[in-house]
Amino acid sequence: MHILVCGGTGCKSSLSDSIVENLRAELEHHNLEDEVQVIMTGCFGFCEQGPIVKMMPDNTFYVKVQPNDARELIKEHIVKGRKVTRLLYENPVSKESVPDSKHMGFYRKQIRVALRNCGFINPENIEEYIARDGYSAIAKVLGEMTPQQAIDIIKKSGLRGRGGGGFPTGLKWEITSKNQADQKYVVCNADEGDPGAFMDRSVLEGDPHSVVEAMAICGYCIGATKGLVYIRAEYPLAIERLKIAIEQARNYGLLGESILGTNFSFDISLRYGAGAFVCGEETALIHSMEGKRGEPTVKPPFPAESGYLGKPTVVNNVETYANVPVIFNKGAEWFASIGTEKSKGTKVFALAGKINNVGLIEVPMGTSLREVIFEIGGGIKNNKKFKAVQTGGPSGGCLTEKHLSTPIDYDNLIASGSMMGSGGMIVMDEDDCMVSVARYYLDFTVDESCGKCSPCRIGNMRLKEILDKIIVGNGTMEDIDRLRNLSAVIKDSSLCGLGQTAPNPVLSTLDNFMDEYIAHVKDKKCPAGRCKSLMKYEVIPENCVGCTACARNCPVNAISGERKQTHFIDTQICIKCGACIERCKFNAIVIN
Amino acid sequence: MSSIKVELKQCEIEKIKEICQSFNNDPGELINVLHKAQGHFGYLPAEVQEQIADELKIPVAKVYGVVTFYSFFTMLPKGQHPISICTGTACYVRGAEKVLDEFRRILKIKVGDTTPDGKFSLSCLRCVGACGLAPVVMVGEKVYGRVSPDGVKDILGEYSK
Repeated sequence: MHILVCGGTGCKSSLSDSIVENLRAELEHHNLEDEVQVIMTGCFGFCEQGPIVKMMPDNTFYVKVQPNDARELIKEHIVKGRKVTRLLYENPVSKESVPDSKHMGFYRKQIRVALRNCGFINPENIEEYIARDGYSAIAKVLGEMTPQQAIDIIKKSGLRGRGGGGFPTGLKWEITSKNQADQKYVVCNADEGDPGAFMDRSVLEGDPHSVVEAMAICGYCIGATKGLVYIRAEYPLAIERLKIAIEQARNYGLLGESILGTNFSFDISLRYGAGAFVCGEETALIHSMEGKRGEPTVKPPFPAESGYLGKPTVVNNVETYANVPVIFNKGAEWFASIGTEKSKGTKVFALAGKINNVGLIEVPMGTSLREVIFEIGGGIKNNKKFKAVQTGGPSGGCLTEKHLSTPIDYDNLIASGSMMGSGGMIVMDEDDCMVSVARYYLDFTVDESCGKCSPCRIGNMRLKEILDKIIVGNGTMEDIDRLRNLSAVIKDSSLCGLGQTAPNPVLSTLDNFMDEYIAHVKDKKCPAGRCKSLMKYEVIPENCVGCTACARNCPVNAISGERKQTHFIDTQICIKCGACIERCKFNAIVIN
Repeated sequence: MSSIKVELKQCEIEKIKEICQSFNNDPGELINVLHKAQGHFGYLPAEVQEQIADELKIPVAKVYGVVTFYSFFTMLPKGQHPISICTGTACYVRGAEKVLDEFRRILKIKVGDTTPDGKFSLSCLRCVGACGLAPVVMVGEKVYGRVSPDGVKDILGEYSK
């Protein structure tokens, strides 16, 4: 028997280490430590319900487990064979307990390709990866194929880059393989900088060997002997697990000199990022790996011609690599049978924001936003109304109700005014102000702009200033036109992808939520009630009983009134902290 | 960016030399050298950067350029308990700003500053990848999830003893 405990970052933050420790101690207490193994796996994906503990082989899926639940789990489930009902997932509609993941709305529509091993294997043990067909793809490629044959399989599968751009992976490899040089490089972009996206981290934490294997395959295809992983320093657990995986692969002869007895040699080393979003752009990433400021350069030349140290380089993202071994194991036809005409396979999304089931999901391309948000995601938190979903991070846009039936793939998302991006999906409800959201993203891009080209450095700053003006109620209708014009200029004239896409959140909110912009500008009101400067707290005299609770809790003494008399808020002094509303039991205070 | 004037002790100079040598004094490894140096000193004052420039035989301006480019590197010492508030999108829509306001109000410092007693420093970071627990706050290595403005006092209380 096995007990699988989630060791993803979310669950680890909720003490899953102590859960493992306590489970082991309880097993020892019952003298079962030889029969039952406790394994810390990668992310199960259902972060909202974490920490998650799964019992194998009967597949019982326990949620929100606390370290002191260990005793009951061992005593009841393992020793007596009875499920601990209070720790089972409860179907939010029928209120019935659901004992295994197959019957949960969250998992039913998912197909796990890139995440196939996350939550199933111990990522720190190469043998568990091998037991699930690990390293059989590289054996097949090295033993039976020429580099061109292997590239043809990737081309046939239709795999496109999962980092955002969607460039066909096989084509990228082919171009690089044809460029002659004494040395070439395989680079893995693990600098996941999109706020609210954690797909790559989960793959590296849950299944690092799949990336190692795929990089070696890529090396064989393009004729490179060196691989580099550019990884965020903020991901200590992923770094640790990747290091272990590389070391184990070397010990098993799967990295290093003469891999599997062939004359192909390949090794991987790590390079650390240091917190710069622009380094997700491939030329910036390469400069950063060379120890320089991560500033992008004009393409061409593309890295396929002149990349790391001026040599031909393939840069792919983590999720792209994670798909590669499966394509060789199950065949290009199988992979191409999943998805839509031009977007094959699956895509991992990090579902977050105002949604019931926050977590990491993997769905076939072509799944609709409605299925993702309402079936897998379980709908909006606290029964609020869905307003928008933001995809593509700071480079993407907001999609609304009218886009809910759109099948998700690279081309459809671009046609709808957003983009696939790396896979962040942030859901917003009626309480979110879309002008503030646009400003939030600009705040991010202004902060992260490298400053090399002026459209991005200065233009985005101006965009942000105009939005600031609108948010505090000083905007004019001309400002809205200015936003549009300036956005178009920035998109056309910026040097790299960061600047070219930075105005997208502004443009897509202008397209879809023009009424909110107008409300801020003309009526000086924030419909969502988020923009503090446009808020005014007022007492409804009919409801106020004069209990003094608000006046006593006001931090700036802005509320006056005698006991049992109607109170009054001085809006000049009020700092709009909301303390009075929270304390009022009679709904006598409103925000106008 | 302002910095504090420090005088490096001989053993500290030796340490920098050792770090640079562990990367073969290769200028291409500058970022890895800086990571290690910051891990040792806690921050990267100008004097440390000068020493690194000497060892790697590159201009100080180049080192300074890299240090100021990346948000991970800092030229100011952090507090004994560095507090980082996640302002990633998931945390933002779930109210990270209000949590940040409360930290600012109680500690009476701005983002990027350290309290006068050196106990706490306040910073923002973009996404720790625990979006299921949003809004998230980190104190040192410890992650606090689902933090509400009311909970801020309790978190600080844990470290104020």
